[in-house]
Amino acid sequence: MGFFQRMMVLDRRIVFVLIAVAVVTPLFIPFRLKMHPTPASRGLYDSVRRLPRGSTVIISGEYDPGTAPEIQPMMIGALKQCFRKGLKVILMGLWPQGPALEEQALQEVFQEREFKEMGLRYGQDYVNLGFKSGGGAVIQSMGTSIPVAFPTDMTGTPLGKLPLMEGVHNLSDVAFVLDFSAGDPGTPAWVMFAHDRFHVPMAAGCTAVSAPMLYPYLQTKQLSGLLGGLKGAADYEWLTKSPGKGMQYLPSQSVAHLVIVIFIILGNIAFFVTKRKGER
Amino acid sequence: MLIKSLERRRDRLRWRVTSITVAFVFSLALGGRAHAGTPQDTLPPAPPTGLIAFDTPNDAGGSITLRWIKSPDDGAGAEDVKGYQILRAERREGPYKVIARLPAGAVRYEDATTKDGVTYYYKVSASDGVNSSESPPGQAVRSKAQWFNFKRLNMLIAGIILSLGIIYFISKARKGEELYIRKIAGLDAVKEAVGRATEMGRKVFFIPGILDLDDVQTIAGLSILGQVARLTAEYGTELEVPVCRSVVMVTGRETVKEAYLDSGHPDAYNDEIVHYMTDDQFGYAAGVDGLMLREKPAAIFYQGAFYAESLILAETGFSVGAIQIAGTAMPSQLPFFITACDYTLIGEELFAASAYLSREPRALGSIKGQDLGKAIILIILGLGVILETLGITSFSQLFTTQ
Amino acid sequence: MRREIPLFITATTGVIFIIAYFIPHRPVNQIQQLFLAWLYIIAAFAIILGVLNLLLVNGDKIYKQSKGWGYSVIIILSFLVMAGIGTFNLGGRATSPLEEGTSFMWLFYNVYYPLSSTVFALLAFFVASASFRAFRARNKEAALLLVAAFFVMLGRVPIGNYLTSWIPLKWLQLSTIANWIMAYPNMAAQRAIMIGIALGIISTSLRLILGIEKSYLGGE
Repeated sequence: MGFFQRMMVLDRRIVFVLIAVAVVTPLFIPFRLKMHPTPASRGLYDSVRRLPRGSTVIISGEYDPGTAPEIQPMMIGALKQCFRKGLKVILMGLWPQGPALEEQALQEVFQEREFKEMGLRYGQDYVNLGFKSGGGAVIQSMGTSIPVAFPTDMTGTPLGKLPLMEGVHNLSDVAFVLDFSAGDPGTPAWVMFAHDRFHVPMAAGCTAVSAPMLYPYLQTKQLSGLLGGLKGAADYEWLTKSPGKGMQYLPSQSVAHLVIVIFIILGNIAFFVTKRKGER
Repeated sequence: MLIKSLERRRDRLRWRVTSITVAFVFSLALGGRAHAGTPQDTLPPAPPTGLIAFDTPNDAGGSITLRWIKSPDDGAGAEDVKGYQILRAERREGPYKVIARLPAGAVRYEDATTKDGVTYYYKVSASDGVNSSESPPGQAVRSKAQWFNFKRLNMLIAGIILSLGIIYFISKARKGEELYIRKIAGLDAVKEAVGRATEMGRKVFFIPGILDLDDVQTIAGLSILGQVARLTAEYGTELEVPVCRSVVMVTGRETVKEAYLDSGHPDAYNDEIVHYMTDDQFGYAAGVDGLMLREKPAAIFYQGAFYAESLILAETGFSVGAIQIAGTAMPSQLPFFITACDYTLIGEELFAASAYLSREPRALGSIKGQDLGKAIILIILGLGVILETLGITSFSQLFTTQ
Repeated sequence: MRREIPLFITATTGVIFIIAYFIPHRPVNQIQQLFLAWLYIIAAFAIILGVLNLLLVNGDKIYKQSKGWGYSVIIILSFLVMAGIGTFNLGGRATSPLEEGTSFMWLFYNVYYPLSSTVFALLAFFVASASFRAFRARNKEAALLLVAAFFVMLGRVPIGNYLTSWIPLKWLQLSTIANWIMAYPNMAAQRAIMIGIALGIISTSLRLILGIEKSYLGGE
């Protein structure tokens, strides 16, 4: 059997092994590639950058451990940018695992000296309202009254006792919404209610698979920015000058993509060669 | 003499340099102090004007919207506006209470904490961080709920037109008129797939998606399950339906039981055909993958709502050599199914499937009505593109909604 | 009556929901919340049915020692461990099993989290094998798909810039082409599919409300 014929019937385990090598090798032999953030990624970064100091921002997490590798770096990047800008952060989630992963992101951020020295205090500089089921209904409720949607925060403290929540009654008192979501309920619900109904500007981050579906919202400016997948996370880390797992793992993704493309090219060459041989 | 003279000159020079330096430093400090000593800005920014307050339209009450013209010193003039405060009282003369603080540039606020029927008065004050100036109070305003959301009038009209179109074609079908529906290859292959499993003596797997019965895709999937179950009952092929939700399990069982009964094979049915795995997405994917690898079905149907597990399931199904027919209305998962499956029903084809397979006239009529809706949308799109290109934007505004 | 009552409930509920969409006034606007709350309660209780079924099916497999009964042992053991520790808050002195440092959260972070991520990570391998197998230029449409995949896969990672940054015309660079594909043809196609899906949902919903579609009740 010739090389191209073998290519046509290649055992997929060989493909798996080569992909594994492609993904793992850059982790041991790291290299940096020049970053070129997409306009969508820049949009999110610039929107947060333009917020006045002291503004209140809601960061909502709708993802789980499976999608955390793509989205957690975005969450960490967002927390860092918001804390550096002196923004007040309200964390929450419409998925059960979201707030727990947000807490993990906070722990990771506070391990850095820069943020330890800021002396940020829970209740004053950031709060975590926790998870609430209901999707769009929760956002709609927050549009009218946040304490009604979330009577207490994640630790059971009434919202009235949190200094950060003073003066933040509903979504109209919020300057910006950042939504990091891996599915449903997620960004479309936030766009429908928070942006369209209550006119809160927003941007989003999502998995690479969901990104194509959210591009229409970028075009209509319902989203001022969008981070898509690990590339989006890496773009954001580069823009905020906070290299993290996004930039660390992007070379692996780059090499894996290149390997897949090479396979596709070889597969097509094999297809045409064997087709021509068959015709003869 | 000369040396002493030079030394004296050097000392004088050194002294001059030192004194100049000290004087320079001193003047800098004095300048700073002088700066600090300048009287502070005691002038407030110019107040905002043109405040109007009105009941927020098309809502359930409890909300009043404010609009105003920003202070002339906001981004212009003295350029010292740092923000605005919204003040509210229940009497014109006060007392006014601050209910919100907004950044500079704000010209709109929605107060969603009002009680219906209570009269409110509002003021907006511009602040430079030290001093502020207030607008005169706006007119008295009360919030109330509306009985109709006029922002959705266009949706109501569109819904009525579409529904009438569907009902018209349903009535035509009921009168016996033949309605043409184009071939859908994936649905024509259902019989072939079940037949293949029968010949090979292997199972048919049916996966109705991972969402609950409140999702229309799951209902569409279950209606296809009914058709597939009818075939497996007729051919005597084993069917297995692992599900992700308990309610879907219960409904799936009813569907399959009824199908076996209708096809005259009630004895072939057993409750274990439809069984629950787990609500967890990847736990379900792992469980179904394991079943596929062990049972090696010859035909697999994926009909319903899927997320990231779609390719995991489809690739495993391919690896066991099954013929795979997928159908979903999740746009993000369609590329994966198209790549890995033999046939894929794209979006609306999933919803047309039950009508297509059953050939029930009324159901077919509804598909024709759906096509009419699509034709209308295409005309509107074409018209909209032309008008937008010509700079006429009022037409597209008719189709915005909240 | 077995069919008629559920059909009547479906029709009435459907019409109420449609009307509620256009009427913001109380109590109409609260109906959706009420029904959603009922749905969550019913689904929560229905989990008991599912769990019982899971235990019965797998218990039966173990009893009969059917093919793959070893996996059934793992399923039942895992379920009992997780449910037991969570329900009775075993291990640790926290008031809730969801607090940091509890055994339940240890299992979440050290067992569930890696397992979930691992299964998700399979996608990377499966995307490669599926692409290799399916992206062949068999016809015009397949060739178009192949070309688009080539540009987007390389253009969306820095390697694409690295390979084509030397090209002076920016619009010929891989990342520019990839961004253009995402922002224009992809968006147009997504919109078209969404419009079709929306029409399909309207049609199916109307069939459900009018009682033409009865499959969810079991058969025709």
